[in-house]
Amino acid sequence: MALKYILFVGMIIIIFLSIGVPISENPQNWYELPFIPGLEEKARIIFFHVPAAWTTTLAFIMSLFFGIRYLMTKDLKYDIKSSSSAGLGLLFCIIATITGSIWAKFNWGSYWNWDPREVSIFVLLLIYGAYFALRTAVEGDEKRASLSAVYAIISGLTVPFFIFIMPRIISGLHPNEAIISQGKITMNTFMLIILLSSVAGFTGLYFYLLNLKVRITNFDYIYSRKDN
Amino acid sequence: MKITESINATLGILQKEVLSEFRTRYALNALLMFVVTTLSVILFSIGSENVSQEILCGILWIIIFFSSMSGLSRTFVSEEERGTVMTLHLIANPLSVYFGKLLYNLLLLTFLNIFTLILYLLMIPGFVINNYSIFVITIILGTFGLASASTIIAAIVAKANTKGTLFPVLAFPILLPLLMTLINATKLAVQGAILNEAFGEFRVLLSYSIVIIVISYLLFDFIWKD
Repeated sequence: MALKYILFVGMIIIIFLSIGVPISENPQNWYELPFIPGLEEKARIIFFHVPAAWTTTLAFIMSLFFGIRYLMTKDLKYDIKSSSSAGLGLLFCIIATITGSIWAKFNWGSYWNWDPREVSIFVLLLIYGAYFALRTAVEGDEKRASLSAVYAIISGLTVPFFIFIMPRIISGLHPNEAIISQGKITMNTFMLIILLSSVAGFTGLYFYLLNLKVRITNFDYIYSRKDN
Repeated sequence: MKITESINATLGILQKEVLSEFRTRYALNALLMFVVTTLSVILFSIGSENVSQEILCGILWIIIFFSSMSGLSRTFVSEEERGTVMTLHLIANPLSVYFGKLLYNLLLLTFLNIFTLILYLLMIPGFVINNYSIFVITIILGTFGLASASTIIAAIVAKANTKGTLFPVLAFPILLPLLMTLINATKLAVQGAILNEAFGEFRVLLSYSIVIIVISYLLFDFIWKD
């Protein structure tokens, strides 16, 4: 219970910091963030967009992990965890896509540019969509659980191929050098602290929501069985 | 002894698929007509326009993708429709069933691709290939990859309720890396690149097929036995 309030207060502090901290050309005080070339005020999106994209990946890996656990144990509680995690992953995936798309309009000139990461988030969206299309089309809990776990594993294995394919087709547009360039962290320390605490906050939010969703689905199962 | 038995069972499944195909001629009639229809729609839309070679490479793989999407799910769906799944459970182990179906899909897709390519090269004079060795290897590896991915997806789809629409939805995200690489390799063949330049693409195509077949081999039991 206390964890909920810590998470809530922490997220509010992070939101205020990410919006409120001044970004100036010549930082005078420790709390002023320096300009990143080509980004300026638009750099603030990093505090929301990057953690959302990270949570999408985390949710997908967790969903995959619980899917494998289901296939090993045939215990339906892992399937509930797997599908709940995939649902949250879809939510964060949509958040990351929309925020990134709006930012791209102002920084790169159009809403969609087929940058390698845009392609991979698009593929993740497709996989999540196909996963839920499959789940709604199968009757029977055990059958649905094992089919969707198998599909998650197969689709998860094809995602790494994009790492090899994409650089051949198009060069990246994402400003990676704002955080890391040639193995060194180039980001301002205060900015990095806000970013990392935001990542931690999003991760905490994900686990909190996952726990909530698993409990709701459990109640759903219990009550739907009582009716029958 | 065990291995020769499995191989015999696999070949038996393949033989059964080919025989039942020749009896119903579903794929031979419907799929070939599908290719002809798609190609004529594309020819009408092109008209007398000058279409660039790069776009023609993409269109070729769009035709092959959608014709395989409309045909390759039959192998498992027809078993569910005819209610012959239980018989297959009795007479063969899951791996023979999987590899038999995979070989059949490979055979069907090879036949379909040869037909599509002959029509495509004849009907679209703007599509000129400058390096045939890259093109032939790309087609072979592409057929292999498409067949391997769609066999396992077909096995999943056969257990679901809305089989027809679900198949392309499930297959597209999995086939996307394959299709992108295939279009790239075909572009290289059209541009007349030397064989060494396409090795990167071939490596991706080959490893993709191997990864998919291995994971299908490991996971097929969970789909087949319900």
